[in-house]
Amino acid sequence: MKKYWRFGALITIILGILGWLAASGINESKTYYKTISELKGLPSSELSKRVRVTGDVLPGSIQRAGTAVKFTICEKEHNQLLSVVYTGRDPLPDTFRDNAQAMADGRMQPDGTFHASAIAAKCPSKYEAKPGGGGKVQKPLNINPPSA
Amino acid sequence: MEVLGALAILFAFCLSIYAFTGSIVGIVWKRPYLQKSAERAVIGVFTLVTIASGILVYFLTTSDFRLAYVAAHSNRAMPVMYKFASWWGGQEGSLLLWSWLLSVYSTVVVWTNRKRHTGMMPWVVAVLQLTQIFFLVLNAFVEPPFHVLAVGRGVQAMPDGQGLNPLLQYWMMAIHPPMLYLGYVGFIVPFAFAMGSLITKQKGDAWIHTTRRWSLITWGFQTTGVILGAGWAYAVLGWGGYWGWDPVENASLLPWITATAFLHSVMMQEKKGMMKVWNMVLVSTTYFLCIFGTFLTRSGFVSSVHAFAESSIGYWFLGFLAISVSATVILIFRRLDYLKSETKLESVLSRESSFLFNNLLLLASAFAVLWGTVFPRISEMVTGEKITVGAPFFNKVNVPIGLCLLLLTGVGPLIAWRRSSWESLKKAFRWPTIFMVATIAVLAVAGIYHFYALISFGLCVFVTVTIVMEFWKGASAIAARTKANLVMAAVELTHRNTRRYGGYLVHMGIILMFAGFTGAAFNKDTTQDIKVGDKLSIAHYELQIREITSGSNDNYTWQRASVAAFRDGAPVGMLFPERRVYVMSQQPTSIVAIRRRLNEDLYLNFAGMSETEAGHALLQVYVNPLVSCIWLGFWVVFFGTLTCLVPSKVKLAYARTEVVGVYEKKTTLAK
Repeated sequence: MKKYWRFGALITIILGILGWLAASGINESKTYYKTISELKGLPSSELSKRVRVTGDVLPGSIQRAGTAVKFTICEKEHNQLLSVVYTGRDPLPDTFRDNAQAMADGRMQPDGTFHASAIAAKCPSKYEAKPGGGGKVQKPLNINPPSA
Repeated sequence: MEVLGALAILFAFCLSIYAFTGSIVGIVWKRPYLQKSAERAVIGVFTLVTIASGILVYFLTTSDFRLAYVAAHSNRAMPVMYKFASWWGGQEGSLLLWSWLLSVYSTVVVWTNRKRHTGMMPWVVAVLQLTQIFFLVLNAFVEPPFHVLAVGRGVQAMPDGQGLNPLLQYWMMAIHPPMLYLGYVGFIVPFAFAMGSLITKQKGDAWIHTTRRWSLITWGFQTTGVILGAGWAYAVLGWGGYWGWDPVENASLLPWITATAFLHSVMMQEKKGMMKVWNMVLVSTTYFLCIFGTFLTRSGFVSSVHAFAESSIGYWFLGFLAISVSATVILIFRRLDYLKSETKLESVLSRESSFLFNNLLLLASAFAVLWGTVFPRISEMVTGEKITVGAPFFNKVNVPIGLCLLLLTGVGPLIAWRRSSWESLKKAFRWPTIFMVATIAVLAVAGIYHFYALISFGLCVFVTVTIVMEFWKGASAIAARTKANLVMAAVELTHRNTRRYGGYLVHMGIILMFAGFTGAAFNKDTTQDIKVGDKLSIAHYELQIREITSGSNDNYTWQRASVAAFRDGAPVGMLFPERRVYVMSQQPTSIVAIRRRLNEDLYLNFAGMSETEAGHALLQVYVNPLVSCIWLGFWVVFFGTLTCLVPSKVKLAYARTEVVGVYEKKTTLAK
């Protein structure tokens, strides 16, 4: 019986350490997904959370100011706009341009702008848009995609 | 012709239903002719899916843009290789590839086992065909590849297609999906045999012996696929890394982890008759994770930068998974009596226990990766808030697990079966430990204080020494007897027991890869906006942009920076990072320039001309030590896997306790 206790103890220790590491890893890197309207509705006490917010880049809104990049993303369903200031180190992804679906990762500032430390962008037309779904910018000429 | 393709898929669907029902009815009512005809139907399915795939490929290579799929994933200016690769460039085509590979594997299984396992085979065929039916349903009704673009009343071709996603126009990416699929789909075969053996209440390990090679080959394909994906990310995506814990990457890694655990734990069953239930669980888990991975990448279940579109296809996958998981769980529970362990664990210090902990750690890692990947969805379901976890979570859990596994890689093969004493352990590990401590001391003196990196390098040396010692011991014994030189003796040694020494080679490759991963602790990078002609410096490199040139061809327009690199003041050559804008998709893409050396890579990404200051170029520079070790390590793993597949010259009789009547009596008495 003694050896089973040993195995049990060892396994418990290993799993315990891993569980603790996992929990602290989650706490360190957790990021909330919010839509623009949800973000604007947050009480001020929760504004300091790290948030990922997604929206379509408003055409013509991308401005560069030194190393920072300013642009506006919009949530079509609720007609909400959010101005984002990107201050990250990496150049913006290739897929980031007008109308692209962009995800900004950062924190809300008291002045109502969103400071992003990372931007990911999904080019609207590539890797296939939703069949017949909205947000498709580059339709193949005059043709509608086959509805599924 | 597109009608023929669609018809071929439909017929294949009907035929695979026939093959499924035929084998089950055949075995339940004991009608051998039905079983035989079901097996022939499998070959029929293969022929039909091949025809459908052939037609799709024909359309792609001849640029027939009447087809929606061709128009969306190919264009005229693409090289033929990428036109062909468009087969798996989109949802519909890649699902067809899945079906096709499965039909190929099923045919090979039917052919190679035509005279073996007559009792089990109909069930194997049934399991394979059930999966085939599922994928053919997707091909025929949910994501049909032969949609014709109808404009008005007639069928009209578009002048040109949109082209394959530029990011995918890279040789590694062209072969990455088929490799990964070969690995994913291939694991269905061991699973099918496992289920066949459960259903027919087989006592022995016939399924393990039959599928040992399959598991190894498909594991090799999975490894190749995952590494190709990492290599592609490194060489194409331009962020200087090869692994970002993106859901899609995780999806490809998950079955690999459980497959690795399976490859290790089957040894326990083969040699000791232990862990039988566990192996069933592992082979099923791997199979489900393969399906789950396909589901993750295709359904938009978790958001990922490079996932396919959101679509209703996810419900089909969930349904299929729910049914097959519950069926498997019920089956395993009902057969628990046939899966009794023949021996028991005797000591914490034993080979058995090292396998046990190897499996525990691999599974913990798989669970952590799975948890982190689906965490946004789980948190949304539980708390209503979508929360995502990033790379820090994955690294925090997986780095210690990786290091423990590395340690086990060195300890496991040297520790005795059943039980080992501290004395023998001290003897076996004296030299590896001395080398490990020496390495850590030297590195610390050289100024490396990164805790994990020190441990990792130390362990790499530890394991390397154990492996070298193993080869040395065996080879010098042979050399002494045959008077051959040591190298020849080592080859002879490997040939005598290919699985053991091939396995050591695989371990060696993994160690090289770990060394490569550890290099990431010393990465340096900078992003600078510099004028043409100016210099920037990073680590011991200096870079000077000499000029920017531009041009265009049918497929894309390009802008290229000519960068002269100096290392410690001495010129080391020119690098040409490039930026392309593809004509059809208007998508800009970076073509990075990498100076690859074994000790470190110099990695340049030309991010375009500055928009604020004229004549300035935006340059991202990364210095990544040891990355090449990862790719080198892969080749060693590959070579080691091939070695394992070579039949051993000497058939070793396992020191295995066979099941005998007395033992069985005991267990019944114990009840």
